[in-house]
Amino acid sequence: MKWEVVIGLEVHVQLNTASKIFSGSSTAFGAEPNTQASAVELALPGVLPVMNKAAVEKAIRLGLALGSTINKKNVFARKNYFYPDLPKGYQISQMDLPIVQHGTLTIQVGDEEKVIHLTRAHLEEDAGKSIHEGLEGLSGVSGIDLNRAGTPLLEIVSEPDMRSPEEAVAYARALHTLVTWLGICDGNMQEGSFRVDANVSVRPEGQVEFGTRREIKNLNSFRFLQQAIEAEIQWQIDTIEDGGKVQQATVLFDPDKGETRAMRSKEDAHDYRYFPDPDLLPVVITQEQIDAVRESMPELPGQMKERFAENFGVSAYDANLLTSSYALARYFEAVAAATGQGKLAANWINGELAASLNRDGLDIAQSPLSAERLAGLIVRIADGTVSSKLAKQVFEAMWGGELSADEVIERDGLKQVSDVGAIEKMVDEAIAANPKAVEEFRAGKEKALNALAGQVMKASKGKANPAQVQEILKQKLGAA
Amino acid sequence: MINATLKELSAALAAKSVSSAELAGQFLDRIAALNPTLNAFITVDPEKTLAEAAAADAARAAGQAGLLTGVPLAIKDIFCQQGWKTSCGSKMLDNFIAPYDAHVIERVRAAGLVTIGRTNMDEFAMGSANENSYYGPVKNPWDLAAIPGGSSGGSAAAVAARLAPAALGTDTGGSIRQPASHCGITGIKPTYGVVSRYGMVAFASSLDQGGPMAQTAEDCALLLNTIAGFDGRDSTSLERPTEDYTRELGNSLSGLKVGLPREYFAAGLSADVARVIDEAVAQLKKLGAEVVEVSLPNTELSIPAYYVIAPAEASSNLSRYDGVRYGHRAAEYKDLVDMYEKSRAEGFGAEVKRRILVGTYVLSHGYYDAYYLKAQKIRRLIADDFKKAFEQCDVILGPVAPTAAFNIGEKSNDPVEMYLSDIYTLSVNLAGLPGMSVPAGFAANGRPIGLQIIGNYFGEAKMLNVAHQFQQATDWHRKAPAL
Repeated sequence: MKWEVVIGLEVHVQLNTASKIFSGSSTAFGAEPNTQASAVELALPGVLPVMNKAAVEKAIRLGLALGSTINKKNVFARKNYFYPDLPKGYQISQMDLPIVQHGTLTIQVGDEEKVIHLTRAHLEEDAGKSIHEGLEGLSGVSGIDLNRAGTPLLEIVSEPDMRSPEEAVAYARALHTLVTWLGICDGNMQEGSFRVDANVSVRPEGQVEFGTRREIKNLNSFRFLQQAIEAEIQWQIDTIEDGGKVQQATVLFDPDKGETRAMRSKEDAHDYRYFPDPDLLPVVITQEQIDAVRESMPELPGQMKERFAENFGVSAYDANLLTSSYALARYFEAVAAATGQGKLAANWINGELAASLNRDGLDIAQSPLSAERLAGLIVRIADGTVSSKLAKQVFEAMWGGELSADEVIERDGLKQVSDVGAIEKMVDEAIAANPKAVEEFRAGKEKALNALAGQVMKASKGKANPAQVQEILKQKLGAA
Repeated sequence: MINATLKELSAALAAKSVSSAELAGQFLDRIAALNPTLNAFITVDPEKTLAEAAAADAARAAGQAGLLTGVPLAIKDIFCQQGWKTSCGSKMLDNFIAPYDAHVIERVRAAGLVTIGRTNMDEFAMGSANENSYYGPVKNPWDLAAIPGGSSGGSAAAVAARLAPAALGTDTGGSIRQPASHCGITGIKPTYGVVSRYGMVAFASSLDQGGPMAQTAEDCALLLNTIAGFDGRDSTSLERPTEDYTRELGNSLSGLKVGLPREYFAAGLSADVARVIDEAVAQLKKLGAEVVEVSLPNTELSIPAYYVIAPAEASSNLSRYDGVRYGHRAAEYKDLVDMYEKSRAEGFGAEVKRRILVGTYVLSHGYYDAYYLKAQKIRRLIADDFKKAFEQCDVILGPVAPTAAFNIGEKSNDPVEMYLSDIYTLSVNLAGLPGMSVPAGFAANGRPIGLQIIGNYFGEAKMLNVAHQFQQATDWHRKAPAL
């Protein structure tokens, strides 16, 4: 049987506010345990939450970027359950009337674009962390670190619009790009700033009803997201094909074993007893507030992608890569503007530059090659000063040093030879030395010309202008 | 000096006829003598009290004394006060020393008031008789067999017995007014949002409000001036211009329209209370007030609505007492769930457990609409009733409780009977209105009876003057029990 996969994602995005969502405590990561927890995070008797307006504004930013509805009346609810890292015994979240509703995000999978619909995004507070290992001098004891408790989260829920692990990853990446682009999240997945839960089900192709879903919790890398969904799909198909039934459940992904494992089934699901938090009045957002946020919005990745295609003739695929981060897009724009060579700039940035950054584990902001220096090289490729092939050599030298493209070309003598006399001399020598190839060419074998051209290039140590070599060869052989 | 009002004490301190240290000493001596009988205080710490008194005297010597600097004040054990045990009447918090000050504590400290001790109360403010304290019941100073009322029973008993000239209380469903009535003192629950709840251990967040308890309305006004005001740490605190609650105290009551809700004088009201309220109304008429009959048709629904909303909020508010970070933790347990269950089973008393169960039930999936949502709708109806009534009158008068104080143990095995006695106080909290209790006479058995005054939103100054004018013409508020 052919199976169709249905995936929806819930993404927890930590908003990068300076202070917590309901108190003035710092949100800085990595401090000594429990040093960033005030009376509010400790849930001492008598403390009360006060809404952080910056978190609201950041949620509005995302809503505007997704073309969503921003709900003007925001009610915060208590989600009640007991856990040691949840100090109040309830999490303050939004149930009815989330701040952001609907909206879309366009993703690129290969050459295809697809629109993913958003259900909602709501504000809530993060919990603390339970620490079960590595407590010095203590065994059989778990620790609680409340530094993370109260960090503002935006939980972004998609519709079940994705039909493959690749689409899910593309959506997660696009969302990751967007939240960092908007400056509302630092995007650090290792530190838990961007955590993904995937709801996965399968159904026979052509069936309208969804299959029973299982939710894979807390995936903190795109690679694990892909692997976890693949493993889950396989498990579900195997289960059904073996005559079993998928039970709704929450599962964890074990990356070492490459398998998903059920945590709890729906039978022991909590009754969270949601009710409006009487300590917080509804947060009312005004049109003026929304307009003010709109004024401060940067050009969005989708808009920039279209503009790159239009103004610079860059392919959709390349434009998508170039807009994977704001810094990269700005870098590309700088190079393209300085050189007037958008396509060439895109090729070099997505090719050589991306590979080098990746190899050295750097991001674009840390690139040893500034946009200005790369532009210097691209200008020299475009005007024929250096061949594309030798340009890679120039790039390497620039990467490891501080010289400009011109300085490297000069120092290493990599300038392309376009002097007709010099090339003619080398062509004559090649013709004289390769009578067999000449014979073949004259007999109609076009490819023989390439062999001769290769000889010339070799003799010039790669510096001869390849187009000129071709042209002069053809002249000399009487083909032109 | 033990019978003096705050105003009189303020004058004596200003005249230097007595020092704050001397005053504190007198009250501490009286507490030492009488508290073993009354059980009005959970914590008395003479060393701390005398240090505060010495600081107040020093401030006065330095010319930095305010109106209430050096005046002793009893604090209900529900307000977090740095360095003091803040037990909330519960075993759960028996080991909890507050590491910070509640907003009202910051205010009374800044005003130079001296903490004379921390008063007994029903556990987590849940109760109408002060029989639900981990520290044992409080006795009514007028009759040791009687309950003092609850939940601010310790505060009321302390003021009545002259163990303190005034006290702070809290009122979620009548917990200032009802004990004030039963102990023959004056107490006011302000409009919801006037006094910050920051640092006040939460019972039912949408209903809780702190307020003063004292001998006179004038003293209550002075204390309210001290504790009221906006606090950014409480999202429900109201940002309004500062008020002087004494500003209307000289006004005549001539032309004042007093509403008597017909539902407050129906079946269930004892003859004693009916008589006392009638006499009080007659007195106010003499002072120039006009009486109009009003109707609060949903009064009866206040009991079921309150006993859904308050437990619902409480069940969630009390989840933080889990034995993990502070408070009581069971000595032995086999796993996390066992620790939660044992710690909470041991730490909470029967009434608190009952309300947590009720609250958990009414918020459960499938029951929420039938109970919690419906109760919220009733709450709106009750607020609308008052809105209509206040179109006809300036203040509403009525009883605080159907009877004078009942005997200790009389209703403790019948929670529903106990809840029904809250009928005249609950709707004020549900509507968020200000309400007060003013001593107005005694039952045949000698137990005090209070008159309830209900004001419109932010009507505190007007209500306080109604009470003040009444107290200028009567002396019920100056009567003290023989101890």
